[in-house]
Amino acid sequence: MRGMIPLLLAALVAPLFAGAAAAEGALTIYTYESFTADWGPGPIVRKAFEAECSCSVRFVSVADGVALLNRLKLEGQSTKADIVLGLDTNLTTDAKKTGLFAPHGDLANKMDVPGGWSDDVFVPYDYGYFAVVYDSGELKDPPKSMAELVDGNAAEKIAIEDPRTSTPGLGLVLWIRKIYGNKAPDAWAKLKGRVLTVTPGWSEAYGLLTKGEAPMVLSYTTSPAYHMIEEKSDRYKAASFAEGHYMQIEVAGMTKKGAENPLAQKFLDFMTGPKFQDAIPETNWMYPAGKTDKPLDPAFGKLVEPAKSLIYPSDEVAANRKAWVDEWLSVMSK
Amino acid sequence: MAFRDEQIGVRAADGRIAAGIVALAAVALVTGGAFVGLVFQASSDWSGAFAAFDGYLLRVARFTLFQAVLSTVLSVGPAIVVARAFSRQRTFPGRVLMLRLFAVPLALPAIVVALGVLALYGKAGIFSGALSMLAGGDWPGIYGLSGILVAHVFFNLPLATRLFLQALDTVPDDQWRLAAQLGMGARPAFRFLEWPAMRASLPGIAGLVFMLCVTSFTIVLLLGGGPRATTLEVAIYQALRFDFDPARAVALTAVQIVLTLVTFTAITRFGGDYMASMNLSVARRRYATAGEGERLFNLLVIAAAFLFVTGPMVAIVVAGLGADLGRLAVEQAVRHAALTSLALAVPAAFLSVGLSLALVACRRALEYGRRERRPSWPEWASGSGASLVLVLPPTVIGAGWFVILLRLGDVYAAAPMMVIAVNALMAMPFAVRVVRPAYDAASARNERLCAALGIAGWSRLRLIDGPVLGRPLGTAFAFAMALSLGDLGVIALFGSDSVQTLPYLLMQRMGSYRTEDAAGIALLLGALCLGLMAISDRLGKGTA
Repeated sequence: MRGMIPLLLAALVAPLFAGAAAAEGALTIYTYESFTADWGPGPIVRKAFEAECSCSVRFVSVADGVALLNRLKLEGQSTKADIVLGLDTNLTTDAKKTGLFAPHGDLANKMDVPGGWSDDVFVPYDYGYFAVVYDSGELKDPPKSMAELVDGNAAEKIAIEDPRTSTPGLGLVLWIRKIYGNKAPDAWAKLKGRVLTVTPGWSEAYGLLTKGEAPMVLSYTTSPAYHMIEEKSDRYKAASFAEGHYMQIEVAGMTKKGAENPLAQKFLDFMTGPKFQDAIPETNWMYPAGKTDKPLDPAFGKLVEPAKSLIYPSDEVAANRKAWVDEWLSVMSK
Repeated sequence: MAFRDEQIGVRAADGRIAAGIVALAAVALVTGGAFVGLVFQASSDWSGAFAAFDGYLLRVARFTLFQAVLSTVLSVGPAIVVARAFSRQRTFPGRVLMLRLFAVPLALPAIVVALGVLALYGKAGIFSGALSMLAGGDWPGIYGLSGILVAHVFFNLPLATRLFLQALDTVPDDQWRLAAQLGMGARPAFRFLEWPAMRASLPGIAGLVFMLCVTSFTIVLLLGGGPRATTLEVAIYQALRFDFDPARAVALTAVQIVLTLVTFTAITRFGGDYMASMNLSVARRRYATAGEGERLFNLLVIAAAFLFVTGPMVAIVVAGLGADLGRLAVEQAVRHAALTSLALAVPAAFLSVGLSLALVACRRALEYGRRERRPSWPEWASGSGASLVLVLPPTVIGAGWFVILLRLGDVYAAAPMMVIAVNALMAMPFAVRVVRPAYDAASARNERLCAALGIAGWSRLRLIDGPVLGRPLGTAFAFAMALSLGDLGVIALFGSDSVQTLPYLLMQRMGSYRTEDAAGIALLLGALCLGLMAISDRLGKGTA
């Protein structure tokens, strides 16, 4: 019986190593996990592109956009990625500094994001807006502006994410900075009383909303679309803010290694077209940045449409992120 | 045969020491390798390491220590009382199930536990009405230090209880018989029998709990209520993730290790040597010594601990039952993740228990052979040094090894091996604490006999130590499995699509609005863990 144990172990572990062989004409895409999840855009996109290129697509997924950039920094020149999909504009300056990316040719004008797009390395594939999402069963009178959120009833709490560990958390810091400028620390000092808790990531904060623990959470304007379409519920709504909403634009880029693989350029072209873009709204829960064939689900028509799109250029975020996050930290730790 | 006794005795000890050295080398390889990898990555720019030492670090380090010490005291103190109560009430309905349930928190991801705790004590929790009345106003929720402490005690009180119970089980039945014959009451029995056994394990258990609390991350951020509650682990995570500053991460990790070492040394002073009986056991059963009043007290203690531990678990179960369990159970992704979790946890647990046994045996052999009063450093290293692996953040181990593997070969092919190795190592501090009291007690009884009869190596393990160690080894195996099942850290860093485990799937679902699915998966994870506990209990009993 004792001799059986190693055999058993080998049998248990063996399947884990199988199935990573690269086929002829293969494209390796680095992305984040919710993109490649069963219900994410990944499976649809892979199927559609493989049918078109008669090649094989291999996804390598990490936790999120930040982890994606770190993975690239760790791998450096030895990266296996042809395409990197899932960075946002807060990260593109740092990403360019790695020197791993190649220009995409002329795709910028094919894409349509509010505020326009002109970047010769990264191509946007979707975008969204940060918003305060609230439980309409709990909160009858949601804030109508950032000012109302900051000054409002401190008994009505909001769960926010930590900018040191999460992308939406950083989004709120940038949003408030964009509205209040140098007065941002004062705004945070007032908002602090309304903050129920600061979570490490989006999942935990959103969990607090759906568990009824916090009536408000920092999320996206598109979050209610998920509940309307998948759960047939309009209980969770996004609050429309008079000052405008901060944007997140998600982009993809081709690596220098990818520039030698004709499939990479082909994929970027494909990404700007309807076969990719159609998958975005109801799997990634963001707005498509290119032409779609299918009209958006009517639920998307009911979402908050920001009066104004707020965003900092990538370079400005890269230059100030640390100072702004430290500023946040010193106010919130008092 | 007789003339060879001496020689064989020495050789047997050598074999155990060699095995211990192999185990120590494995620990050193995995932890040292991670450091080498990160240092290599950081070598181009060390400025971050020096910049790490500022006022912020001081504040964070202070809070880390403060909450960890408090959590340890609040977990370990009551655990002594609870373990004693369990040890003295050996037969009551549900005892076995309760003790199995006590191992489940180990397998639960922190986020699941945090939400379970909030379901009871949160702003909208079940007890918020009662707590509002007590607080004389609106209950603001348990956020802050109290939230952190409650969650940490939830994780660690049951763990410490089971470990103390393991130590109490090493008190020979003969001593109990003697105590009964002498008419020893509860108080002297505690003083002369139970406390010495528990005291020997106290530093190890307190050290383990302390390390687990030092490295707390999700609990501290989520229940701490804001960035005022920040641990070094958070700072390390930030340094590696958002700032991508390996030098700073290395410096912060070094601070975390030094702080833990210092505290560890301080804790060890509370310990004492437990002189186990050298006689062969002849008593057949435990003699009850508890009187009626004490019995009532014990049952009350057990009931209180049980309610505290199962409260959040019930909340987790209720949330899980709200999920579409039928669909989840047949879902390909869930089944695959469950199998992957098992495929990783089983070898990790085997490896962990094997290495732990080697370390425990090596330490004992060194202790038995030494003439000086103070333990030598190899003895210390095999005793408690190896458990320092727990204060290495999984992100650091993952990132460090990633850098190395990148230069050696295929990172993705190595991912499952890495996960198994790191999980095995992370579980060792638990396994060592389960196995050591029993092994040391058995050794104290049998060492001379074995030397005299020339029994060593495998035959000794099979014939002499095996039968006594069956139950603790089973428990250690179950602990290691539970821990590996719940692990998220290392897997998340390697993030290969072929290695999707249950906790990974849980986080993935939570990250894309599927909160109910996540609750369902948490329930499956807990049930799986409980099932494995039952199996390993059986197996352990089989050999005993």
